[in-house]
Amino acid sequence: MKRSLLPRLSPEWAPYVFLSPFVLLFVVFGIFPLVFSFYLAFQSWEPTAGLLAMKFVGLENFAFALQDEWFWKSLKNTVWLATAAGVPQHLVAIPLAFFIHTSYKRSRNAVVGTYFLPYITSTVAIAMMFSTLFSTEYGMINQGLHALGQVPGLSWLAPAQPIDWLNHAENVKPAISLVVFWRYLGFNTVLYLAALQTIPEDIYEAATMDGAGRWQQFWFITLPSLKPMIYFGVMLSVIGGLQLFEEPFILTGGRGGTDQAGMTTAMYMYRTAFEFNDFGTASALSWLLFVFVALLTWLTNQAFKDRHAQK
Amino acid sequence: MLFNAARTAGKILSLAVLLISASLAQAQIQTLSVTAYPALDEIIKAAIPQWKKTHPNVEIKLVSRAFEDHHTAMTTALSTSSNLPDVMALEFAYVGRFGAGGGLEDLSQSPYRIKDTQMRFVPFAFKQATLSTGAVVAAPTDIGPGTLLYRTDLLKKAGVSETELTQSWDSFVASGVKIKATTGAYLMAHARDIKDILIRSNVKPGDGLYFDAAGKVMVDSPRFVRAFELARKVRQQQLDGKISGWSTAWSQGFKNGNIATQMSGAWLAGQMASWIAPTTKGLWRASQLPEKAWGAWGGTFYAIPKAAKNKALAWEFIQFMTLNRDAQLGAFKVQDAFPALLEAHTDPFYDQPIEFLGGQKARLLWREAALKINAIDVNKLDPIADEIVNTELDKVLDQGKDIPKALADAKALLERRARR
Repeated sequence: MKRSLLPRLSPEWAPYVFLSPFVLLFVVFGIFPLVFSFYLAFQSWEPTAGLLAMKFVGLENFAFALQDEWFWKSLKNTVWLATAAGVPQHLVAIPLAFFIHTSYKRSRNAVVGTYFLPYITSTVAIAMMFSTLFSTEYGMINQGLHALGQVPGLSWLAPAQPIDWLNHAENVKPAISLVVFWRYLGFNTVLYLAALQTIPEDIYEAATMDGAGRWQQFWFITLPSLKPMIYFGVMLSVIGGLQLFEEPFILTGGRGGTDQAGMTTAMYMYRTAFEFNDFGTASALSWLLFVFVALLTWLTNQAFKDRHAQK
Repeated sequence: MLFNAARTAGKILSLAVLLISASLAQAQIQTLSVTAYPALDEIIKAAIPQWKKTHPNVEIKLVSRAFEDHHTAMTTALSTSSNLPDVMALEFAYVGRFGAGGGLEDLSQSPYRIKDTQMRFVPFAFKQATLSTGAVVAAPTDIGPGTLLYRTDLLKKAGVSETELTQSWDSFVASGVKIKATTGAYLMAHARDIKDILIRSNVKPGDGLYFDAAGKVMVDSPRFVRAFELARKVRQQQLDGKISGWSTAWSQGFKNGNIATQMSGAWLAGQMASWIAPTTKGLWRASQLPEKAWGAWGGTFYAIPKAAKNKALAWEFIQFMTLNRDAQLGAFKVQDAFPALLEAHTDPFYDQPIEFLGGQKARLLWREAALKINAIDVNKLDPIADEIVNTELDKVLDQGKDIPKALADAKALLERRARR
């Protein structure tokens, strides 16, 4: 019998060896940054002076962040954007998924693919495209509104002046929300479509025989069956929405727009570190954001659990 | 026979000598690592053949990243003292910040002794690299003397002369009103632009932009009040397009003649001609900034990190790039990098008309400006102060916030940061 040149891997060690690539990467890119940022949150550090320049300051960074009006402003912006972009995502995705599920048979994959496309497109490309669309004088959105205004009966749609989407504090947030909504709608639709496919057909058949209409079927069968997926989708939206960074960052040129109206907490964190050179406060901000995300996740969890218990 | 053998042995010997010397030469080849960003990377690449003539055994390993990425990478490299290059290119805004961190060599010390050649540099650029401690942390290579570019066709239509436009800031704004009324064009892209230059004018020597020599916050000083008032006036009279620099609307505005003037570094004329608005060739002119405000936009420096491996060689390279008249002029001619080296300020090139500016000999203006600009002391809180002041200006312009209140709020915010 031919013997292998390599020593035999004992079954005891095999799982560890096979796991090691992931564990190693996770430790380097997952655990280490986590621990390091926690450590940094208690330090004052001028990064360009080297690692030895760190000074322990206790909770000063947290105290500063909690009294920092920009932190609260950024948090407000974040919640605003997460809500304005997140809630419609689900309100539209569920009926849309139901519509696609019931109306398309052969072309379903193509339709779903189209809705899913924004999700897999590079954020940078999307944000750049939208900054062109949102342009005040030359953007297609304003031109479209203007054209709509020319249609008899629709003149109320056209604003007197072209809307300054990205440079006017009041318009920045709706503009960003629109992009985020558009981007994640397809993702949620796919989630709900997958859930719809698991609902047994016979329930609908039975309902039809009992004389339930399409609307009643949706309300009394589809929606309750979707609840676990709604929980999952809402959870993802909450977490993702609170960590929103790329879209506002690129749409507002990295500065958060006029009066920082589009500056999310994640953006403020990034700017504190890399623009204002304050890694300690930035780390403290990231942990405060973590606590906030954890809290809201827990609340979401509670909200869904309670209703479940009532049933 | 014997002769032949001797000849063969001789051949072998000479071959061996050749091989040994070649391998020795191979061993002596040194690598100098340089990090930069566009278009400085092109300038360095173009200078390498010349450098090779005097340093045949030194390979230049040039790593170029996008502007922001470069400075982020250098921050990271300095913070961990690893992967540092021998020569680091830095944009003006980062010189003070990195210098204050203490990660850069003090070039005023031996063996560099940059002060021996101080007189050869444009004074303000040299001062920009000098910290309050007296340490010189970088060597300037190019500068951005401020200029006002304006559309001569729009001015003519509005009946505004260059003198009228640039005599004072008030006449500048008044000209804007005429231009808007007759041509519909905005005086400037964003009202913030006028604030930016005004807070940089008449800064006392030793003072910074936002802090005085003693570290006191100055954002409620008359300099800021006037800057904010003029910016508000511009906005109230609808003389600005609320267009941020480098956006699509900005370049479109130049192309379509919607924006009548732009204040910037001299390099903007080159960028306009090459890609921003090449079709407007001949319509633009350059002048000094209104009310003889002398200001600079950007500027590039070379520094040596303390943890660099080849410091002596790095210094030779920096001298080669900054004190070499040919290299400096070459960079000016090809990449519009205005020389920081005074010797490179005399060349027939300066007298040549610039086609994009309708044949104007604008380089003479910029050369004059370069000598009149005052260096402003850099503070590590400048980036945050910038943000604070801009945010308060937004409130004044968009929400009608009272100027004294806005500046007082800015002061309180900045003082809170400065106390830490």
